[in-house]
Amino acid sequence: MNNLVFLVPLFPLLGFLANGLGRKSLSKSLISIIGCTSILCSFILSVLLFSSVKSSGAINVSYFNFINVSSLCIPFGFQIDQLSSLFLLIITGIGFLIHVYSSVYMNDEKTIHYGRYFAYLNLFVFSMLLLVMGNNYVIMFIGWEGVGLCSYLLIGFWFKNNSYNYAAKKAFIMNRIGDLGFLLAIFWIINRLGTVSYEGVFANFNKLSSYDLSIITILLFVGAMGKSAQIPLYTWLPDAMAGPTPVSALIHAATMVTAGIYMIVRSNVLYSHAPSTQNFIAIIGIATALFAASIALFQNDIKKVLAYSTVSQLGYMFLGLGVGAYTGSVFHVMTHAFFKALLFLGAGSVIHAMHHEQDIRKMGGLRKYMPITNITFLLACFAIAGVPPFSGFFSKDEILAAAFEKNPIYYYLGVIGALMTTFYMFRLYALTFLGKFRGTHEQEHHLHESPFAITIPLIVLAFLSVFGGLIGIPEVFAKNAHWLANFLKPILHANEIEATEPHVNNNELIMMAVATTLILTVIVFTWNKFKRYENTETEPTGLKKILLNKWYVDELYDILFVRSIDFIAASFKNIIEKSGIDGIVNGIGTMINYTSRQVRFVQDGHVGSYILMMVVSMIAIIFIWINDGTIIQLINKIF
Amino acid sequence: MPIQYYIYLALTLFSIGVVGVLTRRNAIIIFMCVELMLNASNLLLVAFSKMHYTNALATNKETLIGIEGQLYVFFIMVVAAAEVSVGLAIIVMMYRNIHSIDINFLNRLKN
Repeated sequence: MNNLVFLVPLFPLLGFLANGLGRKSLSKSLISIIGCTSILCSFILSVLLFSSVKSSGAINVSYFNFINVSSLCIPFGFQIDQLSSLFLLIITGIGFLIHVYSSVYMNDEKTIHYGRYFAYLNLFVFSMLLLVMGNNYVIMFIGWEGVGLCSYLLIGFWFKNNSYNYAAKKAFIMNRIGDLGFLLAIFWIINRLGTVSYEGVFANFNKLSSYDLSIITILLFVGAMGKSAQIPLYTWLPDAMAGPTPVSALIHAATMVTAGIYMIVRSNVLYSHAPSTQNFIAIIGIATALFAASIALFQNDIKKVLAYSTVSQLGYMFLGLGVGAYTGSVFHVMTHAFFKALLFLGAGSVIHAMHHEQDIRKMGGLRKYMPITNITFLLACFAIAGVPPFSGFFSKDEILAAAFEKNPIYYYLGVIGALMTTFYMFRLYALTFLGKFRGTHEQEHHLHESPFAITIPLIVLAFLSVFGGLIGIPEVFAKNAHWLANFLKPILHANEIEATEPHVNNNELIMMAVATTLILTVIVFTWNKFKRYENTETEPTGLKKILLNKWYVDELYDILFVRSIDFIAASFKNIIEKSGIDGIVNGIGTMINYTSRQVRFVQDGHVGSYILMMVVSMIAIIFIWINDGTIIQLINKIF
Repeated sequence: MPIQYYIYLALTLFSIGVVGVLTRRNAIIIFMCVELMLNASNLLLVAFSKMHYTNALATNKETLIGIEGQLYVFFIMVVAAAEVSVGLAIIVMMYRNIHSIDINFLNRLKN
């Protein structure tokens, strides 16, 4: 089994090369077959690796030395342990479903762009696999950068539209800001410990002073902030909805944005010994969760609501990390991947049927026309709201229970966030699927259920969203039934027993019951409020206007950062570049031109002046020749 | 006679020759000045030759020490004669082209 590990990222890489280089010559069906089967092969291998890890433990293979300078040796190797294999399953499984979905969704494109799309998707899966499979921070960083790149390429996929290009640039630049933190953390680790491999760092973390630990963990978290869209680096994710919907599903729901969480869970040793950073992470997490949920309450574009929902759910995951519930966060990553991908794919199905109309005020009553999409979307809404026995309930409740242990305020804020989540998700559902159709007759005629390649992934994901929570049944329901916690125990190191050991809080059942009741109440309220929605909205005022305009954060960033950097860049261009450097370079040319024009007059054709110059120079040479010594003494005295 | 007198005289003749070459416009006069420079160097050669001979006579009655100088002078005279013939031929050609021997008219290399 060890020998086959390298095949897992190899298949998507080959798919990328085949589709990328052959996009002009291959047919659309062949392109989609290459793209999908490469991920399918990786998925099958991931299943085999998963069962191998489950039975016999972690696999660690090194291939060659990536960087080898004096005392620093960074190997290129893969580490397949419990955490990696779980992520591998998520990435390749959901990746495969989304590839199948995209083969129909992107069918309107020209073959060249179709091939380019699948090439980028495969490259993305390749980078993400590198990220989770690497056995040291540097390989993770390679994958980290790769997914950032593919995110840029895929958001700006329809590159003829300039605003999409801006969105892609924004995503990449904000990612980069986070990457700076990540790089600094890697440098710090190398400086202090001389190694970047996980084994090396986690075995020797005692050598780091608490100051070192807090700085490294905070810098790593800055990287996670950029990649996983936390405050203050979250504004790229809503704009990233400019990309095709399957891209949003894969990258911005299921995989790339979870890279930050993967990194922090991987480094749980470091984080468990840096309590100040953990508090910081928890605060940022819950703040992001509430902030993004508040913005999502009144958005009118399907994908924007889902984007802010993603940011909010990521906030929950970071809250879980901040209070030490690593298993809970990984669990939530998994369930979130299922139901968020399902939501995005369902939204894509709706958008496809509505011919690229994304405003939910113009939809409604799609329940009649698109039954499968309707049911699966509804199931996903229940899952994200956290209604038992759907998957979201188990994962979110685990995080909230751990948060309550740390500080009850986290729990109460978390419940408020959950209620807001319920509200906006069911508002979205009701406005899209319930009531009467509010679009034009033209659109109504074209409404139909999407083809199989779109609905089958929806059904599979719905199944997972409903039953996926059963791998993590908490202690209050059944003793030692939390399969996921037992599975992940080896990667969470021994000092964190108190975080993974199941707490049985006596009030937990009551808290769960109260929370569930509140959620169900909000569902009923929202359902009734929006099922007979008429588009009678006037210009929003007050708080609603602020929320609709995303708390004006983008404008704030524009004034603070974009304008000042633009100004600095403009002054550099005009003063230093145009007048300074260009002046010097052009000035040299002008000077030579001028000098040569003057020197030209030496050649005036008069033989007499030529002879005069000859005689004068001969006298000078003889003079210097005779007085060689004194001239050298003179020069030495001056210098 | 002390050698310095000869040196001063040769210097004077040479510098008169140089100034003449630089200043005069008539090509034949320039030629005469070139001859003057050559003769100045001849004078210097002969003077030094005699000086060495006189100095060596004090030690050795039968010495030929300064003979190279006087020999060299003959070569210079031969060269001067050859040069004069060639130069005058050039001046004739020059006259045939521009009907004057003013060197200021030879400025086709201008600019």
